[in-house]
Amino acid sequence: MTHCAPQWRKLGKIFDPADHRLPDDCTEFAQSPQALACNGFVRVYFSTRQREPDTGKFFSHVAFVDFDDDLQRVIQVSDRTVIELGDRGCFDEHGIFPFNVLRHDDKVYAYTCGWSRRVGVSVETGIGLAISDDGGTTFRRIGAGPILSATLHEPCLVGDGSVQVIDGTFHMWYIFGHPWKRFDSGREPDRIYKIAHAISDNGVDWTKTGGDQLIADSIGPDECQALPTVIRWGDRYHMYFCYRYPNDFRRNPERGYRIGYASSQDLHSWERNDSLVGMECTGTADDWDGTMMCYPHVFEHQNQTYMLYNGNEFGRRGFGIAVAKRGSSGGG
Amino acid sequence: MLNQAYQWRKLGKVFDPTATELPGADWIAEFAQAPCVIARDDFLRVYFSCRPAPDANGQYVSHCAFLDLDRFDLKKILRVSEGPILSLGEIGTFDQYGTYPMSVIEHAGRYRAYYAGWTRCESVPFNTAIGVAESTDGGQTFTRLGPGPVLPYTPDEPFVISGPKIRRFDGKYYLYYIAGRKWILDDGRPEPVYKIRMATSDDGLHWQKHGQDLLESRLGEDEAQASPDVIFSGGKYHMFFCYRQGRQYREKAGGYRIGYASSNDGLRWQRDDQRAGISVSQQGWDSEMVSYPHVFQSDDRTYLFYLGNQVGKHGFGVAELEGEL
Repeated sequence: MTHCAPQWRKLGKIFDPADHRLPDDCTEFAQSPQALACNGFVRVYFSTRQREPDTGKFFSHVAFVDFDDDLQRVIQVSDRTVIELGDRGCFDEHGIFPFNVLRHDDKVYAYTCGWSRRVGVSVETGIGLAISDDGGTTFRRIGAGPILSATLHEPCLVGDGSVQVIDGTFHMWYIFGHPWKRFDSGREPDRIYKIAHAISDNGVDWTKTGGDQLIADSIGPDECQALPTVIRWGDRYHMYFCYRYPNDFRRNPERGYRIGYASSQDLHSWERNDSLVGMECTGTADDWDGTMMCYPHVFEHQNQTYMLYNGNEFGRRGFGIAVAKRGSSGGG
Repeated sequence: MLNQAYQWRKLGKVFDPTATELPGADWIAEFAQAPCVIARDDFLRVYFSCRPAPDANGQYVSHCAFLDLDRFDLKKILRVSEGPILSLGEIGTFDQYGTYPMSVIEHAGRYRAYYAGWTRCESVPFNTAIGVAESTDGGQTFTRLGPGPVLPYTPDEPFVISGPKIRRFDGKYYLYYIAGRKWILDDGRPEPVYKIRMATSDDGLHWQKHGQDLLESRLGEDEAQASPDVIFSGGKYHMFFCYRQGRQYREKAGGYRIGYASSNDGLRWQRDDQRAGISVSQQGWDSEMVSYPHVFQSDDRTYLFYLGNQVGKHGFGVAELEGEL
């Protein structure tokens, strides 16, 4: 059965990290844009990167940029640290990416995906919670450890939390990893991760389903699914996320990230249908989002429905935005 | 002192993997750590963790194994498992590089093991978490119930969750374990500080963390506490554990010692280390440290297995209690 999903009009790239001075010695990347509607402006948090001089490895730091209400003009960029990285040995010691924000009471909650480097595989992640008392300028974590991490049937790479309160219940869509796989004997192992769902009464203590994949695969059992974002539009819930092949995905545009789509009426069963994404990857390398589209975030602001997302090279050169077309029906 | 110290008679070393000539044990190069006893009809099965020779970079993996002892002569080894009894975890999972220690419980005819899994990290040498496995062959080998840990990290227990001791009291599972508090630097080397914690569960799979340190830290905030071995005897709960200084603990002065605490409910503990009654010897295999205690009762006697110098590199020994707990 077909149903109505938003059709998107691309408005182009709206932020390039090279055009701004960023805190924490960050230079490139503005990944996983996440919006917080404020009074008279929209704050967009993103993860940017500091290069470690000795190793060439990156730290991911959170920064933000404030846009005017039309999401077109930059008002200011954060000029100091939004949240410190975790202490030695902690799950978020080497980076926070992404950083999903939610107003709750008079505070701003941030669900962080913390990164720490491993031996044997490159990284492990967990989901933390940090809270802002100053309207979202700075955040303090509630503890050194994660609120959601690996469990019996979700053995690694718990991350990418995206939270909403629906009818008084906190819902989180997130990802968890399967054991890593070595596709070629001479190469490093690759990760495989799937979207899942957790609920909570207070946003702090969560109940996970425990290893249940929420969204069906469309390119095989080793498909990687990341960064779910959900919006109510018309008579159902619409989920956007990105997906890719598990290996050879960085340089081969045929195997890199695309935006995926699923919808649900009850938040329990989801019907995947990527043909309803409502916008296309052009395949043209000249376009900023021509060879890759990833890390979507949908939100509403002043009666418009927007999708922020990254383009080529996982957002090395910034993020752009699309707006749901009016009259693409079902909306409201 | 109102409470007299327990009197232990040291019976000596039970198993030395570096010196043994037992058939079946040749795959074990070094270490026999964290003994855990399950009494069988005609022998005592001791689960422990051990290590094959290190790799070219000097890195070890830890495996779980068992040996069986004559129940009337605890220094007589009947057999040793001829290989690891639990595989290592898959790539990228919490137990890819080691399984140590292991605590086994028999319930409703099944053997279930809680064990700490080891992974390797970049900024610190390792991280650990607790997994669960079951045996379908009467406790000879174990298969994990899932590829991930059974006890997740939480805001107040951020890393190094280890040292499980599984118990069952009044129809409920109790897991005594340790959780890392911080990593400190000792001469540039990161060293973990960990404290004794507990969780309870009805099914052994879904756990409610108690969320507090069970013991005060007698050596200051950087004291590390391990091996919270709990036994119910004489109408109360006894905990033998080990503790060390935060730094320079590989030397005799700062190394592991065995402590003691007691409790009426298994939850609120009174620490009284002097009562443990067992410490380093003047000389010999346990002259520098004593650690990883495990107390058990067999044939109306109370025994304590423990590790000696170098945290069990040369195996474990046993002592027998004079009197009762």
